[in-house]
Amino acid sequence: MDDAHRGPQLPPARGPLSAAVTAHLLDTGPLPRPADAAAADPYGDDLQLALYLCYELHYRGFAGVAAAREWDPDLLRVRAALEDRFLTALRADTPGHASLDEALGELLVEPVDGSGVSYHLRDEGELWQVREYAAQRSLYHLKEADPHAWVLPRLWGRAKAAMAAVEFDEYGGGRAARVHARLFADLMTDLGLDTAYGRYLDAASAEALATVNMMSLFGLHRALRGALVGHFAAVEITSSPGSRRLAEAMRRTGAGKAAEFFYDEHVEADAVHEQVVRHEVIAGLLEEEPHLAADIAFGVDATGYLEDRLGGRLLGDWRAGRSSLRVPLTAEAVGAC
Amino acid sequence: MPNDPCESREDARPTPPAARVTMQRQGPILVDGPVEVELEDGTTVSSDRFRVALCTCRRSRRYPWCDTSHRKRV
Repeated sequence: MDDAHRGPQLPPARGPLSAAVTAHLLDTGPLPRPADAAAADPYGDDLQLALYLCYELHYRGFAGVAAAREWDPDLLRVRAALEDRFLTALRADTPGHASLDEALGELLVEPVDGSGVSYHLRDEGELWQVREYAAQRSLYHLKEADPHAWVLPRLWGRAKAAMAAVEFDEYGGGRAARVHARLFADLMTDLGLDTAYGRYLDAASAEALATVNMMSLFGLHRALRGALVGHFAAVEITSSPGSRRLAEAMRRTGAGKAAEFFYDEHVEADAVHEQVVRHEVIAGLLEEEPHLAADIAFGVDATGYLEDRLGGRLLGDWRAGRSSLRVPLTAEAVGAC
Repeated sequence: MPNDPCESREDARPTPPAARVTMQRQGPILVDGPVEVELEDGTTVSSDRFRVALCTCRRSRRYPWCDTSHRKRV
């Protein structure tokens, strides 16, 4: 099977931008004009999907799309316009802290009356919501740590060594069965979900696409290496307590042993990663490049902003008794029994 | 001591490098893995992670491993 037949199916378009990018990938139509990107909703379904399609060419691509499209200069020009719209909005809308210490400090305390998706799932989440959460998150978790690997060649010394060590842990410490993406696939099997890479791209909401697009954006641009490191720190710092709540949610809803294990593993792993990222990756990067402090803080804050938008979307839909997905999940048998 | 193999005698074992432990007033003890921890009841738990965070606040629900329970609650 050649490259053009591998990878997930292209999802249905969500508007003129994503329709035109899809048509270009399949050689059936022209690309959007950069001006079309400039006029689009930066967080909307259409722009986020169009950007996701561009980025995915750097990971696994799509069935029927030539691998060489990854470096198609016309497509890269459109991607740049989409990125500019997204990044400009993100810089304008992200509530920023005055300093990196403040941005990190806020994440290093635990709210007594926390609210958000992980609290909801722990306390009252239903199994169908747990399944939707996993489907939405599968866009990232099935390529967990991949967007962050792009930053390695842009780091030096302590920061590089520590980042590589954390990534090694994310990739299972050399054991395929322990690769975090694989552990997530096992969780999906417990929940009766399809573990095929990209399977739920058509179902994921714009808010979920935006969280993954941010990682690709920060990872693929050397100029944004500080933001990538800040983003990674925010994920690792918040992951341990969040994963504990999600592990409790898996236990309470009877999701299954692999589902529990995925989050239990993250409680322990990310308590270590958080220390390494703060004391080695961030401190090491600032030693080499102290001018990146503001970019690191931006990465921390932008992550919080987009995660809050995703959480608001999920809870808003669920509390209204609606599915958060664009394509409802089929009622497959849950494999936990 | 010069690191010259010619000087080592057959009965001399190589001295392992000192284990490096990072202490913090707020937060876990960090130690390079793999690590074996003997608990008070005589049982042993181990971790082969590249670095291991050992709980010092005693609030961890995954004791002896840190689970970030030391964090201030506000």
